[in-house]
Amino acid sequence: MTELIQHLINGLSLGSIYALIALGYTMVFGILQLINFAHGDVYMLGAFIGMYFARVTGAAENPSVFNLLATLLVAMVGCALAGFLIERFAYRPLRRAPRINVLITAVGVSLFLEFAGQLGFGSDPKFFPQVYQPTVDWSMGDIKINPLQVIVFAISIVLMAGLQFLIFKTRTGRAMRAASFNHDLASLMGIPTDRVISLTFMAGSALAGAAGVLVGMIYPKIEPLMGVMPGLKAFVSAVLGGIGNITGAVVGAITLGLAEEFLVGYWAPTFRDALAFGLLILILLFKPTGLFGVHKSEKV
Amino acid sequence: MELLKFENVAVKYGAIEAIRNVSFTVKKGEIVTLIGANGAGKTTTLRAISGLVRPSQGKILHNGTDITGLPAHQIVRRRISQSPEGRGIFLNLTVEENLDLGAWTAPDPKTLNQDLEMVFGLFPRLKERRKQNAGTLSGGEQQMLAMGRALMAHPDLLLLDEPSLGLAPQIIQKIFEIIQTINKQGVTVLLVEQNALQALQIAHQGVILETGSVAGSGPARELLKSDQVRKAYLGE
Repeated sequence: MTELIQHLINGLSLGSIYALIALGYTMVFGILQLINFAHGDVYMLGAFIGMYFARVTGAAENPSVFNLLATLLVAMVGCALAGFLIERFAYRPLRRAPRINVLITAVGVSLFLEFAGQLGFGSDPKFFPQVYQPTVDWSMGDIKINPLQVIVFAISIVLMAGLQFLIFKTRTGRAMRAASFNHDLASLMGIPTDRVISLTFMAGSALAGAAGVLVGMIYPKIEPLMGVMPGLKAFVSAVLGGIGNITGAVVGAITLGLAEEFLVGYWAPTFRDALAFGLLILILLFKPTGLFGVHKSEKV
Repeated sequence: MELLKFENVAVKYGAIEAIRNVSFTVKKGEIVTLIGANGAGKTTTLRAISGLVRPSQGKILHNGTDITGLPAHQIVRRRISQSPEGRGIFLNLTVEENLDLGAWTAPDPKTLNQDLEMVFGLFPRLKERRKQNAGTLSGGEQQMLAMGRALMAHPDLLLLDEPSLGLAPQIIQKIFEIIQTINKQGVTVLLVEQNALQALQIAHQGVILETGSVAGSGPARELLKSDQVRKAYLGE
């Protein structure tokens, strides 16, 4: 029982991080039908921006809740800017190009960020400064609860709720949903679709940036290729939930996080990464639209 | 007064010229219908006005101002709104959300409720279904929604693309009556139709498009009587 609860806690915290990244995948896919393969690398950027910010401001020496939030905010803003630039200069010029061109460009942007990261940050792993050190111990008996895990989970939930509010309760969100249905139609309403697409990239990238910092808090070793595997797993999460669907991305990510944790805990630790990709194959074979996806039918 | 003027407009899709040398004018307060067969360039003409395609040649003037090549979202701000072909509505949103989107450029958000009531007055069916997903509406209701949504932008010029397409005769009749009502309230209408007979019956002016160019134009009543139109479009 103790072990079960322990795995549950670990799985939820891992899953909530996948969810933050998966949301960006699914939002961009929803609006552009593009799998933005550079998205995992934006998450890596978030971790590095957070690290440099903490080092420069000395946040690393004075761990506090304030410093954690400041680091988080700076990483989110930095990543939003990165997302804006990626969309503006890599994807927007290809707006009318065949989809495959954009997809190949996405792979290119991903490689660019990974190797520019190695060049700029150095390819050796860096230590992510602990901008917040919990002083309380929430462990219950044998169940070890790292307060960081709880905080990471809580922050993820708050950010996801914020996104939900943005998309379903605001004017901008309505514009996003309209543009994701059809760009031309949205622009006939007077919606500046290019700006809406920029905003979508920025929101998704900010969440990935937050994930970068949160992961740095729990697993403080960061390096320029750290985005590859979580990026792919977040992509699998989004597909599992039904790509393009916001709720689906969160459910898919939590499911994958829990499944990985239980697989590792009870059966075969070495199969951790195989699980995600095995799952991807199964979804594509048996339910390509994912859990929450629907076939788009067109009425004439 | 000339509300809209086309001067020798051409639009190309790649190497293919969809329309060429198209000139016509729409006077304020009129219903002008653009008729022609499938592929004659009617929809392309509308897309050129609403900014979804950029003309390769010629000029489009609105109230005397050159609007050629302005992006679509700025055209709406000039109070030119469109009900797109194939009842382009947001099937993933509710009826009310669709109408709200139509009011995106409305200058005063306070008039939103008033505008909704105006649209519901014209199309009572939409009021019954305001919370329903637009994808669940019938074809006729979807057409009404597309038109109602275009009205939410307070247009001076309303562009209607094939509002009768695929609808039952009684509903077509109803839609055409509503177009006249809207026009009498002071909205200039540019109506694209394959249904030439009915379109010419309610229009003041007609423009005939054939394979991308203007094949004839004039007062609708005269076109209805002309041999050219009777043979080609009215099946006589």
